[in-house]
Amino acid sequence: MTTAAEPGQEVGKGRLRKEDARLITGRTRWTDNMSLPGMLHMAMLRSPMAHARITNIDTSEARQMPGVLAVVTGADLADSQGSLPCAWPITEDMKSPDAPSMAVNQVNFAGEVVAAVVARSAAEAADALEGIDVDYDELPVVLDMAEAIKDDADLVHPDLGTNSSATWIFDSAEAGTGGSVDEAIGSAEVVVERTFRQQRLIPAFMEPRSIVVDPTGEQVTMWSATQVPHILRLMLAMTLGVPEHKVRVIAPDVGGGFGGKLQVTPEEVITFLLAQKLGRPVKYTETRSESLASAHHGRDQLQKLTVAARRDGTVTGLKVELLADMGAYLRLVTPGVPILGAFMYNAIYKIPAYHFACTNVFTTKTPTDAYRGAGRPEATFAIERMMDELANELGMDPLELREKNWIKHEEFPYTTVSTLTYDSGNYEAATARAKELFDYDGLRREQAERRQRGDSVQLGIGISTFTEMCGLAPSRVLGSLSYGAGGWEYGAIRMLPTGKVEVITGSSAHGQGHETAWSQIVADKLGVPFEDVEVLHGDTQSSPRGLDTYGSRSLTVGAMAVLSAADKVIEKAKPIAAHMMECSPDDLEFSGGKFTVRGTGTDTGIADIALAVFAAHDLPDGVEPSIDADATFDPENFSFPHGTHLCAAEVDTETGQVRLRSYVAVDDVGKVVNPLIVEGQVHGGLVQGIAQALFEEAVYDESGTLMTGTFADYLVPSAADMPSFTTDRTETPSTTNALGVKGVGEAGTIASTPAVVNAIVDAIRHKGVDDVEMPCTPMRVWQAIQSGAQSAAGPGAEPGGGMGSLDAEGGAR
Amino acid sequence: MIPAQFDYVAPTTVDDAVRALADAGDEAKVLAGGQSLIPVLRMRLAAPTKLIDLGKVAELRGVREDGNALVIGAMTSHYDVVRDPLIAEHAQLIAMATSTVADSQVRHRGTFGGSLAHADPAGDLLAPALALDAEMVVHGMDGRRVIPASEFFVDYFTTALRPGELLTDVRVPKYTGWHAHYEKFNRVAQAWSIVGVAAAVQVEGHTIQQARVGLTNMSSVPVRATGVERALIGQEATPEAIKAAAEHAVEGTMPVADGNADAAYREHLAKVLTSRAVTAACG
Ligand SMILES: Cc1cc2nc3c(=O)[nH]c(=O)nc-3n(C[C@H](O)[C@H](O)[C@H](O)COP(=O)(O)OP(=O)(O)OC[C@H]3O[C@@H](n4cnc5c(N)ncnc54)[C@H](O)[C@@H]3O)c2cc1C
Repeated sequence: MTTAAEPGQEVGKGRLRKEDARLITGRTRWTDNMSLPGMLHMAMLRSPMAHARITNIDTSEARQMPGVLAVVTGADLADSQGSLPCAWPITEDMKSPDAPSMAVNQVNFAGEVVAAVVARSAAEAADALEGIDVDYDELPVVLDMAEAIKDDADLVHPDLGTNSSATWIFDSAEAGTGGSVDEAIGSAEVVVERTFRQQRLIPAFMEPRSIVVDPTGEQVTMWSATQVPHILRLMLAMTLGVPEHKVRVIAPDVGGGFGGKLQVTPEEVITFLLAQKLGRPVKYTETRSESLASAHHGRDQLQKLTVAARRDGTVTGLKVELLADMGAYLRLVTPGVPILGAFMYNAIYKIPAYHFACTNVFTTKTPTDAYRGAGRPEATFAIERMMDELANELGMDPLELREKNWIKHEEFPYTTVSTLTYDSGNYEAATARAKELFDYDGLRREQAERRQRGDSVQLGIGISTFTEMCGLAPSRVLGSLSYGAGGWEYGAIRMLPTGKVEVITGSSAHGQGHETAWSQIVADKLGVPFEDVEVLHGDTQSSPRGLDTYGSRSLTVGAMAVLSAADKVIEKAKPIAAHMMECSPDDLEFSGGKFTVRGTGTDTGIADIALAVFAAHDLPDGVEPSIDADATFDPENFSFPHGTHLCAAEVDTETGQVRLRSYVAVDDVGKVVNPLIVEGQVHGGLVQGIAQALFEEAVYDESGTLMTGTFADYLVPSAADMPSFTTDRTETPSTTNALGVKGVGEAGTIASTPAVVNAIVDAIRHKGVDDVEMPCTPMRVWQAIQSGAQSAAGPGAEPGGGMGSLDAEGGAR
Repeated sequence: MIPAQFDYVAPTTVDDAVRALADAGDEAKVLAGGQSLIPVLRMRLAAPTKLIDLGKVAELRGVREDGNALVIGAMTSHYDVVRDPLIAEHAQLIAMATSTVADSQVRHRGTFGGSLAHADPAGDLLAPALALDAEMVVHGMDGRRVIPASEFFVDYFTTALRPGELLTDVRVPKYTGWHAHYEKFNRVAQAWSIVGVAAAVQVEGHTIQQARVGLTNMSSVPVRATGVERALIGQEATPEAIKAAAEHAVEGTMPVADGNADAAYREHLAKVLTSRAVTAACG
């Protein structure tokens, strides 16, 4: 059911990406590749302590070292650095600490910047760090969220009086979108309760963050490896009090972000201030270890779910209680990330009563913030794990249970208990296709055989039928969530005299392939060759407005703005074409790059009009000599990609090692502009989601030191660790935008984690196991089998056995 | 990060290298493939003032026969070890273990001698060297001496090499006609062993005549599983016999706990993997 491009059409074609040659060879403008005349180099000294008062910093030796021009500490910047912005005050009484870019009196996580050196060379700057002596007075660390919110807990920020930043609640009874969860639980035939841990992850983008600031022009120019040049410019102005029009931000080619570069960073502010102070360009590029320790982390939640259901499998209520680790500070959208999940726990299901409560907690760890999926992977993981647990409790096939509860394709548009209106979807079609590709029934048979044989390798099948909300976002919805900005996007078209086209987009690609996809869309719309389109992005000078790239928003919002600008170009060209062909504009139709006079063979190409406009010798009266146009698009609604993912995992019960045998992903991302790009996004997303299930975790020791501070310990998998994915698509167009497209950037990551963990639990459930904490390391899986085997004779060994659950008839077991 | 400043020399003969090392004193370090040393320098965990790069010493590269032994030059890269016909014929275990090291970039640069001199207990080549009774040939200003593998590995990242000594060759007795297997257990493809088991057996008919078993990462140094070896010798190569013998794998080990495994799990793995390694070796 995949799209093939119509003949002569660009959209739908699996074009190789035009940006790849330069990105893959590295022969491009990565920020760290830049070198400006007179440029200086900066290095940061970071706190090895997680929580301490700074009692003294001695920089005298460093100042004397070769090549050193400046050494600054927090005290030097205290008056100028302001407080790093948090754009998402989720509640009116949210507690938010002051967030200096460089610590002044106290450090609150290991990795926080305490001093910086600027020197002639990067090597001299690094050497001089060893000449700085910092005295710390240790404070008690705060590492465990559950402990942190107790009354007598040590406080991260004593002046706030609590470690709890805010509690955000949604209740369907109060909102009038559904019933009361407590009543649903009270009257349920079956109740299942589980607590899951969403481990802390590190975005681990390929290109470390890098910044160059040139203060020598009229505008201060900052190059930064950021996802958000436009937001960064605004926030620099607001944080530092510099006039906005005196700042230009450029995100040149950026090597990945995954949300990790959706940030206004301490390093950006410090580099800006030092370049200004010294009046010379300054570069800062972090090391990988600095990146792992101090660039924001993701996930890190404790999720308690209670699901109420009837014995026939009908879900009657869902209660979600979260603790979310903010780390030491609230960064750009830190507090809102878990709240984005609030709309997704009900997922594809019709759940009549829903309650969500999340408490955001401070700890002395690296701040968390957006990471691919941001709130939605957490929600999807928990509900999809829960559906498997409920199915087991009821003795139902987990796919049947899902089908019983999901929204049927004829029920769209469907307004959910958490207030979103899903515009379209077809869960039946995606699931049917996935089952077929997976050989669901065959694998279930093999599973039963292995179980019967007592094979040391057990097989499990994991399911994830997911949806997500993306294409952030309708501005009015963001407003209702107290988010500090809108969700629109900007696009423009410049028609050059030779007929070539420049497309300006406010989206800020950092690996996604916008240049190719936007060119395909514009080529079709304006009827020009793909090669004749150039896409400009990531520079506040050439693309003056924008809200950048995250939340799978670029195609559904950014490309829509471009498309709308192209419509305006055609509208502006029309009277000129009519004038040139001496007809009425009403007699013209535009297609294939030409205006044709209806019923005649007479036509004029858009390139001819562009040239005529450039000359401007003979234009109709009152018509300006330009057919350039711009547009700003604010989406009506989110987009809701969905799909069914099936995972077969083999668990070696002797060692606990998990091997993924097959993985089928059938995604529905609506209409597809470039199937190759979609495939790439799905593959990368799957690997990242599977990595959460099996490999990755940011681990802190009891002193608050990050133990996974290099890639030898923070295990990012490679292709060698993955099965070959089987991917396919169903195509249910979004009805919200003219292209019928939905986001695809995060879908794979959101869907895959629960599919894998469900498969692992399914493989060893008969050994008394009902959960394995992520990442499911061999040791954890093996230990789960050992302890499960000990209790396997007791309750829980067979379906419906009541592992940790309640039965309304029998009461607590 | 950027390493602290150091001087650099690249001698072309062993004699020159030994002299350069002696001249530079305590603060010098030998650079082989750099796959372990360079990260240490970049993280500024060490700051030697002089690096003596062995990359240009041609006589340290390659594998040759010397009577009943193979002589493997310290600077022979992992890549060359994996493809070497003499090693394939007479010391297959070493090639098998080497093929599990890291990824192909690292295998092109990293060296056999560098791995042994580095003495990382999680390194995959120590246990095979120990199990096969390899001998380390070292050169210093006082001349040449030979250290058996059983005395070479002293502690974490510590060998019997004295200051000023170079590891030049590794002599491995020939195990022609033996069968071998290296069973490596790790979480992602390019990672070090959580536990590894090196096994070589000589089987006649179905009877195990001789057995060599070495364990990776079960102590601060590689461990020779002599209990397992004794239990195997003279046995029929049946699953039961091998499994029973593998129960001895934890004898003499002192496994540590880290993020991947606690001691009890490592002990359990040592037994399971020993059984698998020996079974695979017996074919
Ligand atoms: C990503 C990655 C993954 C890896 N995975 C594995 C793995 O799975 N298994 C594994 O076994 N190894 C692994 N390694 C380590 C790799 O095998 C190294 O090559 C090896 O440990 C060191 O060899 P080298 O030639 O690079 O030595 P170097 O790094 O150059 O030197 C290491 C140490 O030995 C000393 N030294 C080197 N040669 C001599 C000599 N001839 N005489 C005296 N001293 C000497 C040096 O001074 C230094 O102290 C990995 C490395 C990397 C970077």
